[in-house]
Formats: sequence, structure tokens, C-alpha cells
Amino acid sequence: METVSVILIIIGILFNLFGCIGLVRLPDVYNRLQSATKCVTLGTCSILLGVLFYFGFIDIGVKALVAIPILFFAATVAAHALVKGAYKFGVPLGDKSVKDDYKEEEK
Amino acid sequence: MNDLLHILLYIQIGLCVFCLYRIIRGPSIADRMVGIDIFGILVVGICAILSIITGKTFIIDIGIAWIILSFIGTLTLAKYLGGKSLNE
Repeated sequence: METVSVILIIIGILFNLFGCIGLVRLPDVYNRLQSATKCVTLGTCSILLGVLFYFGFIDIGVKALVAIPILFFAATVAAHALVKGAYKFGVPLGDKSVKDDYKEEEK
Repeated sequence: MNDLLHILLYIQIGLCVFCLYRIIRGPSIADRMVGIDIFGILVVGICAILSIITGKTFIIDIGIAWIILSFIGTLTLAKYLGGKSLNE
């Protein structure tokens, strides 16, 4: 079981690494938020699942299992509110963006 | 096995440097808030790995509390960005 848990943690850290590289390299606040939120949320859930596999169903493992749905709801709702606030604040899209659906819906 | 977990913990702590870069360099205020949001999620992963290394239960409680605090903070800042007052 320890091997499975360490493999899950390594997968999670790889997802976190890709999300953080996207956070630094992408050109636009919307692209950065999308890449970083998706990858880092999934990676952290994988790490918490690794904690569950390491300890089994005792108190600490069950607490890690409870943290997973809380993390999913909190991170995605916060990212959605943040991107809407950024659009209303007037942060411009990147140079290579070709389509702005939200602007067409507002008209 | 324990040494490998320590190495993974240091890698996870090192990922926070990317978020700090985005917080310091971000061109607009929204970029800084994205950095703070992702930083809060990364800290939860640090708490999870620390709970395996030390074997203590309360560290994962800190992680759960950190998720909720980061959620409330980001929602408040997003409302401020959208131009609404906080009781709206």
C-alpha cells in the first residue's frame, strides 16, 4: 500500500508542476487561471488520495477523503468568481485570442 | 521510503516559488490574485505530505481549514474586482 501511495503522490506533484509552469509561461490572466486551477486541483486531490491509501480507513485517512470534495467545490467556484471579476474589472485578453463569447452575449 | 517523501516535500515547497514569481511580477491585480489562490491550494498538498511524514492527525485539519479560508478570501477579492460592495 505504501508503494501505491507514493506513486499517487508523485503523479500529483507532476500535475502540480505542469500547472505551475502554465502559471508562469502562459500569456494571459484567463489562460493562466484555467491551466493552474485545473492542474493544481487535480494534483492536490491525487496527493490527498495518496494519504488515504497510506493510512487506510482510520481518522487521518478519512479526513483526507473528506477534504477532496471540499477542495473540488471551493477551488472551482473561487476560480469562476475570480475570472468573472477580472473580466468586469477590464483586464484585456491576450494578443493571440481570437474570440470573445462573453462580450457577444452582453450585447 | 522516508527519504523519498522528504524529497517530494521539498519539490512541493519549491513549486510555491512559481506562485511567488506570479504574485511579484503580475502585470495586473487579477494576476496577483490568481497567484494567491493557487498558493493556497499548494499549501494543502504540503500539509498532506507533512501528515504522512510526521504521522500526526492535526496537520490535515490545518489543510481543510486552509481550503475554506482561501475560498472565502478569493471570493471577497473577486467581488471587490467586480465592483460590488461586500454585502451585495
